[in-house]
Amino acid sequence: MTGPAVQLHDVTIAYDGHPAVHHVSGTFLAGAQTAILGPNGAGKSTLLQAIAGLRPPDEGRIDLGVERRRVAYLPQNATIDRTFPITVLDVVLMGHWARRGGFLGLGRAERAQAEAALAAVSLEGFAGRQIGTLSVGQFQRMLFARLLVQNCPLILLDEPFNGVDDATIGDLLRLIAGWRTEGRTVIAVLHDLAQVRAGFDQMLLLARRCVAWGPTVATLAENGVATGHLAEAWRDDASWCAA
Amino acid sequence: MRGLIVTFYDFAISPFIEFAFMKRALIACLGLALGCAPIGVFLVLRRMSLMGDALSHAILPGAAIGYTLFGLSLGAMTIGGFAAGIAVALLAGVVTRFTPLREDASFAAFYLISLAAGVLLISARGPSIDLMNVLFGSVLAVDDAGLLLIGGVTSITLCALALIFRPLVAEMLDPDFLRTVDGRGGLYHGIFLVLTVLNLVAAFQALGTLMAVGLMMLPAAAARFWAGSVGRIAIYAAGIALLAAWTGLVLSFHWELPTGPAIVLAAGILYVISVLCGPVGGIIRRRRRHRHLEA
Repeated sequence: MTGPAVQLHDVTIAYDGHPAVHHVSGTFLAGAQTAILGPNGAGKSTLLQAIAGLRPPDEGRIDLGVERRRVAYLPQNATIDRTFPITVLDVVLMGHWARRGGFLGLGRAERAQAEAALAAVSLEGFAGRQIGTLSVGQFQRMLFARLLVQNCPLILLDEPFNGVDDATIGDLLRLIAGWRTEGRTVIAVLHDLAQVRAGFDQMLLLARRCVAWGPTVATLAENGVATGHLAEAWRDDASWCAA
Repeated sequence: MRGLIVTFYDFAISPFIEFAFMKRALIACLGLALGCAPIGVFLVLRRMSLMGDALSHAILPGAAIGYTLFGLSLGAMTIGGFAAGIAVALLAGVVTRFTPLREDASFAAFYLISLAAGVLLISARGPSIDLMNVLFGSVLAVDDAGLLLIGGVTSITLCALALIFRPLVAEMLDPDFLRTVDGRGGLYHGIFLVLTVLNLVAAFQALGTLMAVGLMMLPAAAARFWAGSVGRIAIYAAGIALLAAWTGLVLSFHWELPTGPAIVLAAGILYVISVLCGPVGGIIRRRRRHRHLEA
């Protein structure tokens, strides 16, 4: 755990002028597994999108400790059309994109890597299946296999266990624990405190602003989960922020 | 059996050997089938099936301006149509990108404006015999220049699609993923729109603005019921388009039907057959699913 993987400098991201992330500064440590928790509308997904480079901050700056192409991002309820005619293997092979680009051929080595990734998420024998035939849990395992193939030092997960069965969650948490031993940085938006305690050494409590940020055990002890008091509705009478 | 083969030959093959205009029409349709059908497949998979329709109507005023200024000149109408199609695609793209309006709505807005302008221009010109030609095309009167245009567009389309095939598939399947690993998703989408307009312009002089989309969308929608990967669907679509063109030409030859609608109707029949009998999700196949394997 040395050096920053991601540094936030006074980051503000707003929708129609209403801040979803309000003047947040701090550091995601390299090699650490950080969970982002907070109530609905706290800006968790928005912050992750900004780190992934999908949405520029309205104010402030985000510095990455790694190359932009070496950031893997798994969005919440990935916007993949499940009726699309494509096989599981082809989706997992997309993980090679950052290194091979969209034009170079994919050889036996790349294919072997993809198949190993499928085996690592217990999807052996699924390579030729259409993605439309997968269950929710299997679909999420497939997306994790693609993350494995991407082989990135910084991995962003937005509520990766939504609607996923317990057995799959257990397997995927073990995978994330493996990433820790490999020295990868993980930033995940989560809700379940047991999952956070089990697999994440750092946590960020977000309620548009940063409520607390630090080692999981200490932060949980100090703050509990008493962030539910965030007013979820936009305050239209709020005055312009001078900070 | 022999008699049957002879009858089939007389009915379906000899017209193309005896008559040069039929031969030309078949070659034109071969080119259009190879180029338009794969484009249609991508439109169907992108859920932009009506986009082809919108763009084909958008071409009209450009072609009409070309026609008004230079008469029935293929070059002028082609360039005009291409410019109008690209303009609508660009304007709709700008509105989609910078406002909350969705792509389908912004396309609808601009193509309707464009279509109205086109009809106005054509009717200002005079009697509507020309309008019929523009709307329904004249595949039996395709000349050398027309064939070259179709051949050229088809070649460009197939090469470009082969080159950007993987990015296009990725952009359709998972645009967020592509944005994080490759910032050029918009470029691929732009190239694809240009290809779409090119094919519509090529198809428009042969089949007319109304019918050109038929050869693009119907085989693509039908092919979805025959294969499970984008590449194979595209090959099936080209095959179905060619079969429809051939059937339509033969029927219009023997029964003196207007050619464009005959081809599109043949494609329509193949579509209905595919929906019913296709092995991938066809209705009959689905109803027979009571049999199942051991768990």
